[in-house]
Amino acid sequence: MKEWFKSGSPWIWLSASTVSLSLIMVVGLIGLIAVRGLGIYWAGTVDQYEVKDANGQTQIVIGEEYDSEAVSRQRLIDAGAKVDSDAEFITRYLIKTGNRDLLGLDFKWLTEDKIIAKTEPKDIVVFERREWGNLYGFLESVKQSGQVVNTNDVWQTFNERLDHALDLHEEIRQIEKHEIGGINYKLERLRLKEKKLELGGELTDIAKQELLGGKKQLEQEYQSLQGNLNQLYKEIEKDSISVRVSDGKIVEVTLANIVRAHMPNSLSLLEKIGFYIKSIWLFVSEEPREANTEGGIFPAIFGTVMMVLIMSVIVTPFGIVAAVYLREYAKQNALTRTIRIAVNNLAGVPSIVYGVFGLGFFVYFLGGNIDQLFFPEALPAPTFGTPGILWASLTLAILTVPVVIVATEEGLSRIPKNIREGSLALGATKWETLWRTIIPMASPAMMTGLILAVARAAGEVAPLMLVGVVKLAPELPLDENFPFLHLDRKFMHLGFHIYDVGFQSPNVEAARPLVYATAFLLICVIIVLNLAAISVRNRLREKYKGLDN
Amino acid sequence: MEDICLKVEDLRLHYGESEALHGINLELPRHKVSAFIGPSGCGKSTLLRCFNRMNDLVDGVTIKGKIKIDGDDIYAPGVNVADLRRRVGMVFQKPNPFPKSIYENVAYGLRIQGVRSRRQIDETVEKALKGAALWDEVKDRLNDSAMGLSGGQQQRLVIARAIAIEPEVLLLDEPASALDPISTLKIEELIYELKDKYTIVIVTHNMQQAARVSDYTAFLYMGDLIEFDETNTIFTNPAKKKTEDYITGRYG
Repeated sequence: MKEWFKSGSPWIWLSASTVSLSLIMVVGLIGLIAVRGLGIYWAGTVDQYEVKDANGQTQIVIGEEYDSEAVSRQRLIDAGAKVDSDAEFITRYLIKTGNRDLLGLDFKWLTEDKIIAKTEPKDIVVFERREWGNLYGFLESVKQSGQVVNTNDVWQTFNERLDHALDLHEEIRQIEKHEIGGINYKLERLRLKEKKLELGGELTDIAKQELLGGKKQLEQEYQSLQGNLNQLYKEIEKDSISVRVSDGKIVEVTLANIVRAHMPNSLSLLEKIGFYIKSIWLFVSEEPREANTEGGIFPAIFGTVMMVLIMSVIVTPFGIVAAVYLREYAKQNALTRTIRIAVNNLAGVPSIVYGVFGLGFFVYFLGGNIDQLFFPEALPAPTFGTPGILWASLTLAILTVPVVIVATEEGLSRIPKNIREGSLALGATKWETLWRTIIPMASPAMMTGLILAVARAAGEVAPLMLVGVVKLAPELPLDENFPFLHLDRKFMHLGFHIYDVGFQSPNVEAARPLVYATAFLLICVIIVLNLAAISVRNRLREKYKGLDN
Repeated sequence: MEDICLKVEDLRLHYGESEALHGINLELPRHKVSAFIGPSGCGKSTLLRCFNRMNDLVDGVTIKGKIKIDGDDIYAPGVNVADLRRRVGMVFQKPNPFPKSIYENVAYGLRIQGVRSRRQIDETVEKALKGAALWDEVKDRLNDSAMGLSGGQQQRLVIARAIAIEPEVLLLDEPASALDPISTLKIEELIYELKDKYTIVIVTHNMQQAARVSDYTAFLYMGDLIEFDETNTIFTNPAKKKTEDYITGRYG
């Protein structure tokens, strides 16, 4: 036994088991999030239950089994339910019934003793709507301006009309969002220009005429677009369908309100896989609907990636310059040691503190002054004096700059002395040596710093809530309107989206899988950003390898 | 004596408090090879590194006395150190090519000087590599990384890099001590060829090497210059007892 201890094997076993434990935890965490998050897009079976209600009447419930749990009989009785079974434990199912507009709720609990029969009708249709969530029911007929138009194959007619309606919807969105949005943007710029001239006392009659002309033209464009839009709306409102829901009632739904529909019980496995892939794609490429509980999260992905990129652009040069000065030029004395300790400690400051600093310094002080100096025409409405993506990126940049500084210093100190001497001996100055040899050779270490910074910044949420992230941003920070990159805009962020959907949502049960899915996506985004940086670093390493010989 | 290139007058060097060179006086002739020999820690490398002011980089070094190259005191105030180092090239003990291509390594000094003309750089690189007897081995892979060369090739590349900027003096700090015998031989042959154009100062531990390559030899001991004379004289008929003891292997 003593020999065994002496040989060191217990320590090897101990470290090996800790490593495997960490690995299992990481894989388990990601696996859990992935399964929970991505599972919701699988087209599960929709069942039709015959249920005895409290009055002994038979009732029909249609929905997807969402969750189940075993509950003790006593608990159900205590809760005031009449229990028809003698079993100790009774299984209780959470059924997603949808039809929120009809039933008031999306979910319903069913205990197994009340279920008389359970069937899987092939022709149940799940409609995803733009409002009110999913609708479950049987498609009865397709109508156009109130007239039934379907042939024998209702489903086929429905799909044809739905495609048409979706095209129209896309057209409407294009006009509303991009064309009318663009006109509004130009009008606002004209208004600001007028105000600016007025403030400067340069608002001559000629300028006025010009502005008025511009405005008139835009208004004309707007009128014609509005005309088109009205026509499209009329066109899209024509189509509707009748759907028979669980209690036999017939419901009329306009096709304009439907995103897509499928018959889950008659899909083959292959079709289900196709449906699944399409669902995932819609999730990552669409905008959110219904207070973020439905639809996709594209703006949040976009905002996260863009913020991290802007932050990287800011933090890299800043951190490198600081590290080069500290390591290469500053005298190594008590002061530089203190600065180094301070930099290291900055990395440990709680992130919300940075948020407060960003709000106070960047947003109110810097942004407020920028508005006074450069955008007086927009006041009192703030341009930069309000949280936005620039300030969020800057705040994260100071949050992550210590990491870059430390990594860069590390890299600089690892460059062998004889390389420096070799360059100096050729008549290079210190600056030339740094610029041509040392900094390129230290670049892999700088990339390591950047990788750590990106990993930290992409996952940070708390400070962002103060300096630029919002629940729903109507416009992306990058669009087709000059100057294309709008650093003053607020943006959406995956981390905040998780918080928002998970805790601020009106429909918690429906939002739960979205929380997992968004979390999984956030991890994916961070992994992708990291992999990109790592591949750059490896390429640099390859280029400057052989230093250690 | 002949044409003097490098003249050292009462050079004293301190590392902090302790004196490492105690008043060296020395005159090195132009276009000859001079070797510094002596036991470890005798100050031969330190003296060599005074010639291109490499010791400036070491904290706490103070230097008194004069070193004149063609009559100009290199420690006079206002001397541009970078310019000086262009005139006095240096090759170190361990090959230290930059992690760049072979071509870029040789072109480095020219680029520092702001030479832009592609043709001029091409010509100089070829000439320098030929001068360092490396051209035939690398002419087909000039754009490969210099880190892929063997140690001996790397050392010759470093010499090519140094002669590309056409210095007057070439300092070699134990240039072959990290190399195998064949590479060492090549370096020695190279030194022999280079002395037509450059004043060469070489520090070496290897007395046979000093005897083979140098025209003049200086023996240093404990920070003092004991003896400086033609290599033949030093090795066959030294004037000082210490020199004789060292050469015959009684210490060192």
